[in-house]
Amino acid sequence: MPTTAPAASAHGLADVTASDSTLRRFLHGLPGVDTVGLEARAASLGTRSIKTTAKAYALDLAISMVDLTTLEGADTPGKVRALGAKAVRPDPTDRTAPATAAVCVYPDMVPAAKAAVAGSDVKVASVATAFPAGRASLAVKLADVREAVAAGADEVDMVIDRGAFLAGHYMKVYDEITAVREACGTSARLKVIFETGELSTYDNIRRASWLGMLAGADFIKTSTGKVAVNATPSNTLLMLEAVRDFRAQTGVQVGVKPAGGIRTAKDAIKFLVLVNETAGEDWLDNHWFRFGASSLLNDLLMQRQKLATGRYSGPDYVTVD
Amino acid sequence: METQTPAFEYAPAPESRAVVDIAPSYGLFIDGEFTEAADGKVFKTVSPSTEEVLSEVAEAGEADVDRAVKAARKAFETWSALPGAERAKYLFRIARIIQERSRELAVLETLDNGKPIRETRDADLPLVAAHFFYYAGWADKLDHAGYGANPRPLGVAGQVIPWNFPLLMLAWKIAPALATGNTVVLKPAETTPLSALFFADICRQAGLPRGVVNIVTGDGRAGAALIAHPDVNKVAFTGSTAVGKEIARTVAGTRKKLTLELGGKGANIVFDDAPIDQAVEGIVSGIFFNQGQVCCAGSRLLVQESIHDELLDSLKRRLATLRLGDPLDKNTDIGAINSAEQLARITALADQGEAEGAERWSPACELPSSGYWFAPTLFTNVTQAHTVARDEIFGPVLSVLTFRTPDEAVAKANNTPYGLSAGIWTEKGSRILAVANKLRAGVIWSNTFNKFDPTSPFGGYKESGFGREGGRHGLEAYLDV
Repeated sequence: MPTTAPAASAHGLADVTASDSTLRRFLHGLPGVDTVGLEARAASLGTRSIKTTAKAYALDLAISMVDLTTLEGADTPGKVRALGAKAVRPDPTDRTAPATAAVCVYPDMVPAAKAAVAGSDVKVASVATAFPAGRASLAVKLADVREAVAAGADEVDMVIDRGAFLAGHYMKVYDEITAVREACGTSARLKVIFETGELSTYDNIRRASWLGMLAGADFIKTSTGKVAVNATPSNTLLMLEAVRDFRAQTGVQVGVKPAGGIRTAKDAIKFLVLVNETAGEDWLDNHWFRFGASSLLNDLLMQRQKLATGRYSGPDYVTVD
Repeated sequence: METQTPAFEYAPAPESRAVVDIAPSYGLFIDGEFTEAADGKVFKTVSPSTEEVLSEVAEAGEADVDRAVKAARKAFETWSALPGAERAKYLFRIARIIQERSRELAVLETLDNGKPIRETRDADLPLVAAHFFYYAGWADKLDHAGYGANPRPLGVAGQVIPWNFPLLMLAWKIAPALATGNTVVLKPAETTPLSALFFADICRQAGLPRGVVNIVTGDGRAGAALIAHPDVNKVAFTGSTAVGKEIARTVAGTRKKLTLELGGKGANIVFDDAPIDQAVEGIVSGIFFNQGQVCCAGSRLLVQESIHDELLDSLKRRLATLRLGDPLDKNTDIGAINSAEQLARITALADQGEAEGAERWSPACELPSSGYWFAPTLFTNVTQAHTVARDEIFGPVLSVLTFRTPDEAVAKANNTPYGLSAGIWTEKGSRILAVANKLRAGVIWSNTFNKFDPTSPFGGYKESGFGREGGRHGLEAYLDV
């Protein structure tokens, strides 16, 4: 339904990936994206005024969607343990605050993270596949993934080969994603990171979204958080349109994860409005929508405290991680 | 795996009414003073969303119109003699005051007109200020506008404006008139007189000399008296085609200059390679902006047959997210219809569309119990022979037609007595240019719709009127050229 590409409408999506040329024809046959229109729509949804009960609901929902993340070269087991504790119990002063969705760490930290969240519903996500550049051989990437999965990762966040994508080698990207999907097995969900800031055009982001979904992504994710332009309302809106259209055409629902640059509760709520009015309420659940953000959580908690008490408590009333 | 989630219901987010102070009654604004009508007549103005009476307003008769024209004539001598840079100062001052008071004016306009605060706040008021700023910039540069050296103003401008964009239409009329050295008698629409009266107050606040701007409120009789007044040099009218024809007859044979901005039945053409998601947004803003009460609305959607079903599915899904209700709520997308009379007209035309066999669809949508409301409505299976494809409905009603080739799209788009606006949606630049060249419409948008800018001229062909407002072209109507 979302496309006029002859390959898709005439034969169904299985044939799309038959060869490099069918895949290219399909991706380039997707409806174009008008930059001005897309950004105007995202901006206008950003003016929704979310107050009182709706705000309380949105704050709790946003907290439950956070992938609490530490991706630093200096990460230690202690740091990861602290992060896990916070994910399980974000606000020690208020036990009604929901847990976050997951903690997101490098593959070698997966065991520490698993231990830290043991006994809770909090998932452990691991950025495998030579994160964040993705510049390694497929064998290395797959080894990275297998190690993370073996250590108990519930979710794998993979980066695509942006070089191959920009060079038009869509089949190479597709094959890599399917190989990683296979390495994830049945136990881990796969999030595919496009690094939208490097894909540079909205048309590319739409094509990457469909490519990821065709290859079996459980989630499509904007970015690594390691480049200048990460998640924006516009690129997230575009990806939400893609998952909505993909489900309409295939019946398969795929999650969306904006990552990087979302720091305030106000911003997070704007993203939830995008989800609500674009993909719909079926995606308003941490199984289908995530925030890749670390500093966001504290602002959500402070706003939550303010809503409960009527006043701001300040950063010393939430934990540092 | 999937858990049941409660819906994300937005709590009410009403804009405060306290920012605007509406007096229980208003007089006419003549020669810098608010005065009662000579015969003491008044009429009520109501809020279309609640039917609440907002205020009582003086109803001008012929004697009042005459007084206003005389005041304008007297002020013309000094106003037109001012250096352009001096007139510019007043206009800049008015523009700044509009910006400062924009929240107040936005709430006022929403109360009196019924359109959502989102639109008055984000579209109307910024444009109103921008028009005054833009024409303020022209006031001392008229020698360079392309109408010869030292072009002269015409004299007294009699201006009659409609109720769909009360303050914006006022700005479109008054800003170029004053910039070029004319003086003005303006009659706002009967159902939306308040923002013009607040503008009168802004003129006083800006220290504008007496008589340069006069506001006479009243119904069509006051408008007719103004247009027929022998001492009016220029008539500018925005409104319905029927009234426009009447005005043209009145003015014919006099030396008055005339511009008319009348109705429209704009075609919004979507080709199969269009950016679909953005086209859907453009269709929505094309016909549901201001409840479709827009003369340049894209009320006829022409879709290439190959994407008809897909586009209609997307459009219906999108319409289901439109929020209809209290116009003062910041989250409202669709407000009230301006008057009971207009609602009756929309209802009658929509019923006729159904009777003629077009397929009617509206999203599930609860209408408030008081006020004038009409749900966003689509008609599919429409042909050129249907009334809903020919008559201007001036409401949130979209007629969907199909075409197979660009030539057919152009033929259908042009097959209307009107010619005000059109839209083209395609990713192919050469097609935009080729199709735009063949469309007989004053404004053609590509990959967008209902975008306005003071620098861009606006006006129509055929029964959509003549003359241009906005831009450099907008000066011509107020200069002796």
